[in-house]
Amino acid sequence: MEGLIPESLNEALDALSKERFIPVAGGTDLMVRYKRWKNLTPALPYPPLFISQLKELKGIYRENGEIIIKSATELSEIEKSPLVPSILRKAVSQMASPGIRNMGTIGGNIQNASPAGDTLPPLYVLDARVVLLSKNERRCLYIYEFIKGPGKTERLDNEIIYEVRFKIPTHTHEFYRKVGTRKANALSKLSVAALAQLNEEVLEDFRISFGAVAPTPIRRMEIEERIRGKALSKLDDHLIDEIAHAYEKHINPITDQRSDKTYRKKVTLRLLKAFLYQIRSR
Amino acid sequence: MKGIFIINSEKKELEFEPHKRLLDVLRENGYTEVKEGCREGECGACVVLLDGRPVNSCQVLAASVMEREITTSKGIGSLHNPHPIQEAFAEAGAVQCGFCTPGMVVSTYALLSENPTPDDEDIKYALSGNICRCTGYVKIIKAVKLASKKVKENGK
Repeated sequence: MEGLIPESLNEALDALSKERFIPVAGGTDLMVRYKRWKNLTPALPYPPLFISQLKELKGIYRENGEIIIKSATELSEIEKSPLVPSILRKAVSQMASPGIRNMGTIGGNIQNASPAGDTLPPLYVLDARVVLLSKNERRCLYIYEFIKGPGKTERLDNEIIYEVRFKIPTHTHEFYRKVGTRKANALSKLSVAALAQLNEEVLEDFRISFGAVAPTPIRRMEIEERIRGKALSKLDDHLIDEIAHAYEKHINPITDQRSDKTYRKKVTLRLLKAFLYQIRSR
Repeated sequence: MKGIFIINSEKKELEFEPHKRLLDVLRENGYTEVKEGCREGECGACVVLLDGRPVNSCQVLAASVMEREITTSKGIGSLHNPHPIQEAFAEAGAVQCGFCTPGMVVSTYALLSENPTPDDEDIKYALSGNICRCTGYVKIIKAVKLASKKVKENGK
């Protein structure tokens, strides 16, 4: 149960092909999930495979119109990087606290697959893809295919999340709101991330994702499709109500210790409308 | 297992159980200025600097930070040779029960190294992971500002 500190990504993938490990990057979620009483070591279900020291898993790059964030890049690096679109930087800067952002990684936030995972709604609207590596294979999945449910993802036991990549967005309007009990160190009651592109009074692109109001973040392509291509002059109160109504049945929050379902649903729909009003006002 | 850590600029070879948290390894080896509060990264009492950046040592497996630089509040200044930040906390009355202070001091140290003249918002953001149940934070913010002034004057 000692675990392994590999010196290269190949060594890590090789080990994963033979034995079951739990990959540990920042460990900020795992250490809480598996903690035990004072002075006891955390009850990790498998030996840890430490990956945060692997240079192959670090860094933020720009390549052929895409931004690539390697999986073990710390949240504090993402928060500071001018390469990262502001919608993701905003979300990251409101996550947890400085100490956690200095350890926690984007790959960890994705693999944790919490309904309240704060990097997820921005990654959903960026159409981000998750690249997975195993010893003999490379897979690339859209984030909304990768996330399957609370704590559940498409990652196989022999795979490591290698990177997240997305096209550099072109948008004229951007919206991010996290609603939590306090500004720092609060898990989201709900969050909303959205991008829109207005071109000569036509709404050419519209994407919105809601966090913590269903088992996985919500993004509804069929509703967005109906909004795309609409002239701004058509975006009246009636249409805005209609859009909110279309989203309403997909927003199914629960009541838990952080918030209750009525509040979550109401605020989510109001924030959706707020973004539509914001688009309309310009 | 055995591992080398650079703690407060000193190279130390320590023996520890493979899955021990950095917090426990530090405290068991005499670095009791690192406090254990919530054990889940919420309170900041166990914050230390890892290569100069604040981290919650309760959330770090010691094995993952071997060979790296760890700084506790005693690495910044000692009782008889305090750092201006530590003097400022004492002078501003920012220490009541004192349990949060080691974490506050190292978080302040990291803040001032990046931003020598922080405003209220910068201070609140940098210390947002350090909870104090005594002071109400007013005197802590005062202390950080006083520290900023002292550091500038001392050139330290």
